[in-house]
Amino acid sequence: MSSTAEIQSGLAEILEEVAGVAPADATPEKSFTEDLDVDSLSMVEIATAVEDKFGVAIPDDELGGIKTVGDAISFIEKNNG
Amino acid sequence: MTTIQLPVGPPGARVLGVGAYRPRRRVTNDELSQTMDTNDEWIQSRVGIAERRWAEPDETLVEMSVAAGGKALAAAGIAGEDLDLVIVASASLHTQIPGAGPEVAHRLGALRPGAYDVNAGCAGFCYALSAASDAIRAGSARTVLVVGAERLTDVTDLTDRATAVIFADGAGAMVLGPAEEPGIGPVVWGSDGDQRDAIAIPDPDSSLTMAGQAVYRWATTKLTDTLQAAIDAAGVTAADIDVFAPHQANLRIIELMAKRLGLPASTVIARDVVQAGNTSSASVPLAIAALLESGEAKSGDLCLVLGYGAGLTFAGQVLRLP
Repeated sequence: MSSTAEIQSGLAEILEEVAGVAPADATPEKSFTEDLDVDSLSMVEIATAVEDKFGVAIPDDELGGIKTVGDAISFIEKNNG
Repeated sequence: MTTIQLPVGPPGARVLGVGAYRPRRRVTNDELSQTMDTNDEWIQSRVGIAERRWAEPDETLVEMSVAAGGKALAAAGIAGEDLDLVIVASASLHTQIPGAGPEVAHRLGALRPGAYDVNAGCAGFCYALSAASDAIRAGSARTVLVVGAERLTDVTDLTDRATAVIFADGAGAMVLGPAEEPGIGPVVWGSDGDQRDAIAIPDPDSSLTMAGQAVYRWATTKLTDTLQAAIDAAGVTAADIDVFAPHQANLRIIELMAKRLGLPASTVIARDVVQAGNTSSASVPLAIAALLESGEAKSGDLCLVLGYGAGLTFAGQVLRLP
């Protein structure tokens, strides 16, 4: 079980690796598509990287509900315990 | 007791020639942006396609197959009458009865060869290649023409920006013959029928639909193992692969596969999708034909191919280029 801060920094690493997002920009209120310019296919790559890193499963039908960095953090917190 | 006699086939099969037919009409992203809410930057960043070919009414599936098949025969130095098996892979033939194979064979001057169609979605060409190679090795056929041909624009809603920017038309072909030294490695294939709805024409009156994220995820996570297994099955290593020519669906998938496989920097990667769009079962031979034509791929190169798509189906092999 990771802390919220650990999840946020782990997620920031993935965002930087997959979509070139500066870690400082990966804050909870940011929308992936609107603010961070992450497209739908990069969202898939982020989801698979999150699955590997945090041991959670993000089915395609749940992926659409994850709009912000905060949504992703809560999803991981809820499912990796 | 009488026993059933079987022929003794050659040790292997190999590709003797490759041919392509690209429809005349070139459709750029800018042209599409005039009729639908899309633009060049959006299309290129998502799928890597800059332009594609759309077949006109006279460029039927059979006409395109005959043209590509004729070029493959010429490249192989083989006459149509020497073909004893013709396999056409397609997912977009209008008339399911009859199939395209017999007409294509007849038009190329083949003399009553075995002829049939394969529908394995975008994996069709690689499925047919395996069937052809096995037929040669079993002694069921000696000289085989394998064609991949599609008119995906016939089954695509050309006003739907999600699909119209991707799917396109064309045909590619290979002529195969027997070989002492195998030129076609073992196929590694399979299907994930639980994802049958991910790429589908849901009912006869509707158009082709694709769950883009689901297919992207499947292609970039599940298929790396298939590619590695095809390399292993042929008894070679990633470092031996001179040319990587997977199904041309999406440039990002192609680049990710190449990266995850750890192909050397010297491996030539087919990026025909940029000019051709996604031509389903035609894409692998079209991509290889383009590389041979440009000189980027050479005779004798080891080429890793992979078809994957509707079904979902997949098939990969290692080939020696003619």
